[in-house]
Amino acid sequence: MANKPLIEFTDNGIYCAQGKFYVDPWKPVDDAVITHAHSDHARWGNKRYLAHHLSREVLLYRLGDISLQTIAYGEKIIKNGVEISLYPAGHVIGSAQVRLEYKGEVWVISGDYKTEDDGVCAPFEPVKCHHFISECTFGMPVFQWKPQQQLFDDVNNWWRGNAENNIATVLVGYSLGKAQRILQNLDLSIGNVYTHGVIENTNEALRRNGVILNETHRITPETSKDEVRKGLILAPPSSVGTPWMRRFQPYSFGYCSGWMALRGAKRRRAADRGFVLSDHADWNGLISAIDATGCEKVYLTHGYTAPFARYLSEIGFDAHEVHTLFGDDEASNAPPAEGEELVAELGAAI
Amino acid sequence: MKAFAQLFLSLDETNKTNEKVKVLKDYLTCVPDSDKMHMLALFTGRKPKRVINATQIRTWANVVTGLPVWLFEESYNIVGDLAETMALLLPQNTESSSDKTLTDWMAELNTLGDKTEEERKLWLTDAWAVLDTQERFVFNKLLTGSFRVGVSQNLVIKALADITGLDAATLTHRIMGNWMPDTYSYEQLTQKGDASDDVSRPYPFFLAYPIQETSDKQKSAGELKVTLGEADEWQAEWKWDGIRAQLIKRDGQIFIWSRGEDLATEKFPELHPFLNALPDGTVIDGEILSFRDGLPLPFNVLQTRIGRKNITKKILKESPVAVIAYDCVEYNGEDIRYKTQSERRILLEGLQEATPHPEIFRISALINFANWDELAGVREQSRAMIAEGIMLKRKSAAYQVGRRRGDWWKWKIDPLSVDAVMVYAQKGHGRRADLYTDYTFAVWDGDKLVSFAKAYSGLTDAEINKVDYFVKRNTLEKFGPVRTVKPELVFEIGFEGINRSNRHKSGIALRFPRILRWRHDKPKEEADTLENLKALLGD
Repeated sequence: MANKPLIEFTDNGIYCAQGKFYVDPWKPVDDAVITHAHSDHARWGNKRYLAHHLSREVLLYRLGDISLQTIAYGEKIIKNGVEISLYPAGHVIGSAQVRLEYKGEVWVISGDYKTEDDGVCAPFEPVKCHHFISECTFGMPVFQWKPQQQLFDDVNNWWRGNAENNIATVLVGYSLGKAQRILQNLDLSIGNVYTHGVIENTNEALRRNGVILNETHRITPETSKDEVRKGLILAPPSSVGTPWMRRFQPYSFGYCSGWMALRGAKRRRAADRGFVLSDHADWNGLISAIDATGCEKVYLTHGYTAPFARYLSEIGFDAHEVHTLFGDDEASNAPPAEGEELVAELGAAI
Repeated sequence: MKAFAQLFLSLDETNKTNEKVKVLKDYLTCVPDSDKMHMLALFTGRKPKRVINATQIRTWANVVTGLPVWLFEESYNIVGDLAETMALLLPQNTESSSDKTLTDWMAELNTLGDKTEEERKLWLTDAWAVLDTQERFVFNKLLTGSFRVGVSQNLVIKALADITGLDAATLTHRIMGNWMPDTYSYEQLTQKGDASDDVSRPYPFFLAYPIQETSDKQKSAGELKVTLGEADEWQAEWKWDGIRAQLIKRDGQIFIWSRGEDLATEKFPELHPFLNALPDGTVIDGEILSFRDGLPLPFNVLQTRIGRKNITKKILKESPVAVIAYDCVEYNGEDIRYKTQSERRILLEGLQEATPHPEIFRISALINFANWDELAGVREQSRAMIAEGIMLKRKSAAYQVGRRRGDWWKWKIDPLSVDAVMVYAQKGHGRRADLYTDYTFAVWDGDKLVSFAKAYSGLTDAEINKVDYFVKRNTLEKFGPVRTVKPELVFEIGFEGINRSNRHKSGIALRFPRILRWRHDKPKEEADTLENLKALLGD
């Protein structure tokens, strides 16, 4: 094994010196491998991008005219002797773990991931490696998700109840990932699904990419309040409390996020309903995913890195904390990892 | 228990008053009467006795989770609520498998006192196993005595009034006092007729509104005249800073109730002789204060005996109390709340003149004033009088229920204030869990910063988010949940009073410190000094 590790953590991001490329860099570089199209992972200004096929249209929509190469899961390409391949991360459509191999040493960079199969994106696949770089947004044992079927039963029952009472239903979630996951799991016999422009732009990008999504109706200034009365409106977090949302009154507004597991965070959001629905792995998901890699060393990036690293060390892993700019080290109001996405999104929507 | 857990969840999920009342009514109409009374008891602050101490509950929960102690504690730091932390960490049980009602659970809880530690542990772990996460949360709240709910008693009363057809004032009165669900039935609570079945029952307190909403907006004498009309329609008294209380003498028995509806009879033995000397059927509203040599002492003297289980001779000697009576609400066994302020005052004066203990049973002196300008001048002397300001009561006012605008107003003096630097921050609880909301402030002593006060209110949510952002990026050290923060942010801290204290490093203690505003304009070097602060001591 080489003296110098294959991967270094630099000011520009996660760097592979041998291959001369970065993974999800946060400053402009020449070559960037992108795990997924959320804006804290796929930033503007790199010369060349490499990502999964299904990230293609969303990346072009968000970043404009970039030099982009896309590959399939499991496809191998070589850069300066380093073998790069992508494996499903189960986070959002097109999300990938990046596997790097050089002289028999294997690194996997998880990006963001969840272990539950959501039926919409390719399910997470554990990849054997020596070194695993893992997120841990929800790396505390208080975060334990229920099976999604149970949550969507709650969502559909809530929507049905609102429709019966002639109240519009507004469901808030991030435009890439959460929005499609909700859309594909709604009971469409209740009514139509309406979308905020920002979400519909993302849907259209995905459809151009060949992804088949349920029927949606874009909300325009002409959309009447009565038309959406029995429907469900998918809206991004940035629209909460804006005149755009208020014009649908009376409505009941629900919020989908892993943070809804905590009563304090839920009350701060002041939503009518909080659904504990996350595209990140929960506590048990993280531990089982890390365990399944059989790694010698695990590096923890964004999330509850300190307590999670300590716990992993105590149960026998060689765990290390790494400071990255993928969101905040203990964010909980709005996870900046996803929150930042909005800024870019709004820019793109205007 | 399912219905009760759902009630709690539904109340959490709405901020709309009408919706809350609807949820309460739904609950009240679907559960048995005994559950209704348990719910009412819990929602009006009648907490069950703590039968298992919190440390034991925590330890046993920790054992069941199989997590290391530090991780359990770290989780608690993030969640900000012990009952919730335990509910989340205990193994998931998504399908509830217990049909026990709230009454059943409360009954079991009440028998635990006679059980051995091993039996309690077994009972608790079995209970956790059959409850789902939401039920477990509410159950843990009951168990740890930390049950609080974001619903005012007024809303509960409103729901109850809607269902029973009784009026809200009657229900408010009946729900007060010394009852528990096993001694008071739903039938008794909702019977027609009056509520005089319990000799200990106090009346709902009549509370004053502040005449000026914030200290920034001073009311001038002229504005008072516009708001309140002619000065001669009003009676003015000092606003005393002690414990507001209702003192009852009925059927040869005496009761002292604090405003928080705590029965505090035994805490104030000095008051017993005068109460016993009152005629039966008398209820007085007044303020309990520490007094020495005929002068009221600052609140911090009284504070030393609040919360003490045993009132020792030493405490009685160092902090003797007396009552300053404001009002008489029951006279000769008759509820006289309907009489005018002036009429009630005459009756109160009569009672006080007849007392053999005038040094203990005092009366709140009326302030003579001819016009609002004159009263504004008198108000300036409040601090010297050890009063918080002035109370204004309309001479024609009845004694009403709860906080009402119109007839009683408090006109407090401006708080004292200093500019101070934030030096420590700690996470809040409840709605503010996982946000740094509790701050410690310091002033300069030479070239060192000395902490002197903690405050956790006064900022808007947006400001709290900004301070939280600052704290997370400017932490110098962590001690458990407390962070030492780079001294940089300056805040104006307001407080009602200041006293010497040897319990604090700074040598002073403040009364009601709170953040008045964030001084973005001031660098830390321009914060106040300990010397400035001590100059306010006035001794």
